Amino acid sequence: MSDTHAQTVAFVRETMLPEQPPPASEAGVIKWMRENLFKGWFNSILTILSLYFIFKIVTGAYPWFANGIWTTSSLAECREILDGATGACFSVLTERWNQLLFGFTYPPEAYWRPTLAFVLLIVAIAPVLYPKAPRQMLFFTGIYPFLAYWLIWGGTLLTPLMVLLGFVAGYFAFKQFERQSFAMGLVAGVIAAIVVIWAGGVVPASMPDVLAIQAIPSRDLGGFMLNMILGTVCVSLSLPLGILLALGRQSSMPIIKWICVIFIEFIRGVPLITLLFVANVVLAYFFPPDANIDLVLRVIIMITMFSAAYIAEVIRGGLAALPRGQYEAADSLGLDYAQSMRLIILPQALKISIPGIVNVAVGLFKDTTLVSVISMFDLVGMIRGPILASTEWNGVYWELWGFAVFVFFIVCFSISKYSQWLERQLATDHR
Amino acid sequence: MADTAHAQMAVSDEVAIQIENMNKWYGTFHVLRDIDLTVYRGERIVIAGPSGSGKSTLIRCINALEEHQKGSITVDGTLLSSDIKNIDTIRSEVGMVFQHFNLFPHLTILENCTLAPIWVRKIPKREAEETAMHFLEKVKIPEQANKYPGQLSGGQQQRVAIARSLCMRPRIMLFDEPTSALDPEMIKEVLDTMVSLAEEGMTMLCVTHEMGFARQVANRVIFMDAGQIVEQNEPEEFFNNPQNDRTKLFLSQILGH
Repeated sequence: MSDTHAQTVAFVRETMLPEQPPPASEAGVIKWMRENLFKGWFNSILTILSLYFIFKIVTGAYPWFANGIWTTSSLAECREILDGATGACFSVLTERWNQLLFGFTYPPEAYWRPTLAFVLLIVAIAPVLYPKAPRQMLFFTGIYPFLAYWLIWGGTLLTPLMVLLGFVAGYFAFKQFERQSFAMGLVAGVIAAIVVIWAGGVVPASMPDVLAIQAIPSRDLGGFMLNMILGTVCVSLSLPLGILLALGRQSSMPIIKWICVIFIEFIRGVPLITLLFVANVVLAYFFPPDANIDLVLRVIIMITMFSAAYIAEVIRGGLAALPRGQYEAADSLGLDYAQSMRLIILPQALKISIPGIVNVAVGLFKDTTLVSVISMFDLVGMIRGPILASTEWNGVYWELWGFAVFVFFIVCFSISKYSQWLERQLATDHR
Repeated sequence: MADTAHAQMAVSDEVAIQIENMNKWYGTFHVLRDIDLTVYRGERIVIAGPSGSGKSTLIRCINALEEHQKGSITVDGTLLSSDIKNIDTIRSEVGMVFQHFNLFPHLTILENCTLAPIWVRKIPKREAEETAMHFLEKVKIPEQANKYPGQLSGGQQQRVAIARSLCMRPRIMLFDEPTSALDPEMIKEVLDTMVSLAEEGMTMLCVTHEMGFARQVANRVIFMDAGQIVEQNEPEEFFNNPQNDRTKLFLSQILGH
C-alpha cells in the first residue's frame, strides 16, 4: 500500500499494476476435470456411472466387430464359421457391395460411370464450398450437371449438350436485356432457354448415335447412388428456388407475393410422402399424354418443391433479422433492387440462415430414403427388398441397417461440420 | 457574421433542391405539412427541432427513402417521381449518412467504399479503390481499410460512412443525426470531418442537435415543429433573436443546460 495515500480519502495511482498469471489450480486439465467431471458429489456419481455404461457398451460390442466375418457368400455359411460365437456377418456388405451402391439392375459393366460422376462431383463442388479454391473451377461446376447426366443415364451426349446450349442462350439473352431491367432480362433469358432447348430437342432425336454410350433407364438406378443423385440435385435446386420464394414473399407486388405465399403454405402443409405418391401416380395426368416424364425427374421435382418451401421460410427469417438500415443504406447509394439483394441483403441473410438451411438440407438428404415406399430401390429399398428377401441373406438385420446408418451419418455429419466451418469463415461481426 | 467560418464559403444562386408544397402522411397521421424549401448549391443547412417534428422524414423524402404524397421535390433539376430509374439517379447523386452508420458488416471498410462506385457508376475496381483510399485518408482512417466495420469504434464507423457516401462523388450530402449514437469523445471527430466537408463547399442538409456545429458552419438554420417549418434564419439571428415562441422554448431547453 506504499503507493496509495491510505490515510486520506483522495487517491492517486502512481504505478500501474502488472498483469499476473492465474494460480495453478485455475488452469489446465486439473481445473477442467474438477469443473466438468467432479463438481460436487452428485456430479461425481454421474461421471462414474457414465464411465461404467460406456465401458459395458464398448466391451459388449467389441467381440461383435472383432469376430466379424467378411468373406462368406451366405448367412448360413457365416453362422457355420462363427459356430455359436458372437460375431457379425459383414460378408453381406462385401458380397452385395455393388447392389448397395448401384442397385440390382444397373449394368455392372457401367459401374465406372456413376463412380466417375461421383469423383467429378467432388471437383465440381469444391469451388462452391471453398471460396479459396481457384475461380476458374466454377466453369467446370457449370458444365458438371450435364456431364453427370450423360455419365449416369448414358445415351447421346447431344441431349445434355442441347440443354446446356439452351442455358447459354438464356444467359446471353439475360445479359442483353438486363440493361433495361432485371425482370425483363429474366423473362428474356427464360424464353430464350426454353425455345433453344425445345428446338434443340430435334438434334439428338435425329442422330441418337453420335457420341453415345449405353443408355440406362431411370428404373435401373438404385442403391446409395440414387440417394446421392436425389440429395445433390434437390439440395442444389431447392436453395435458389427457396431464395426466390423468400424474396417473392416479401415482394411489394401483390400477385407475386400471393403466388409465393400460397405455394409455400400449401407445400408445407402436405406430408412429403403424399407428394411422392403424387409424383408416382397422379403427376402424369398433368403432363401432355405423350410426354413421358421420367419417374426420377418427377421425384426430383417433388422433393425440390418440398424443401424449397422450407428453405424459403428459413431465409425469410434471415431477411427479417436484418436491420432496416441495411436496406436503406443500399438504397441510398443508388443500388437497384437486384444489386442490393445480391450484394448486401442476401449475403447477410443467408449467413444468418445457414444453420436452418443445413437443417433442411440434412433432412432432405435423409428423406430421399422415402422413395423406397414408391418402389424405387435406393439404399433402404435395396436392403428392405432384394437383399433381405434373398435366401442367402434373410435375417442379417444389424449389419445391413448398421451400414445404412453409418453411411447416412457420415454424409450428414460432414454437411453439419462443413456448415459450422463456413459460419466461422463468414463471421465478420467480431462480437 | 464576419468572424465565423461560413462567411468565406460561397453560396451560388444555382438551385440544388427545390421542395414545393410537399405533404406526407403515415396512414392518417399528417407528418409533413406544406413544406416549401429551396436549397442553393453550396448551402449548409441545419435542421433542428424536437423529436417527432418530422426533420428526419423531411430529408429522407429528398432521396425517396420515404414517399411523399403531395407536392413536388426537384433534386439537381430532376423531378422526384415514382419511376425507379429516376429515383436511383437521384440517390446516386445524393449522399446520405445515417444515425446508426449502416455500414455493411460483411464487407471490409474498403469494400464498403468501393461497392457503389463499382456497381452503380461502373468504375473499374482499381480506380474505385484509389478514390476510396483518397476519401478514407480525408476522414483520417486509411489504416483501417482492410478491417471490418465491427472492429471499429462508433466514431470511426461514422467517418467511414461519410467516406462511403463521398466515394460516389455526390453533389449533395444529407446527414440524419450523424452524432446522436456516439459517445461524447467521438462526436468531435465526426463533426470535424463534417466541418472540413463544408469548407470545401459541399451542399449539406444536416439534421442535428449539435448547436455548436450549427453556429460554426451553417448558413441557415431551419426549426421544425409538428411537421412544419416554423422558423428559418441565419444562425446568428436564429440563436440570438428567435421570433417564434416554440423556437424560443426549444432553444431555452437545449441551450439552457
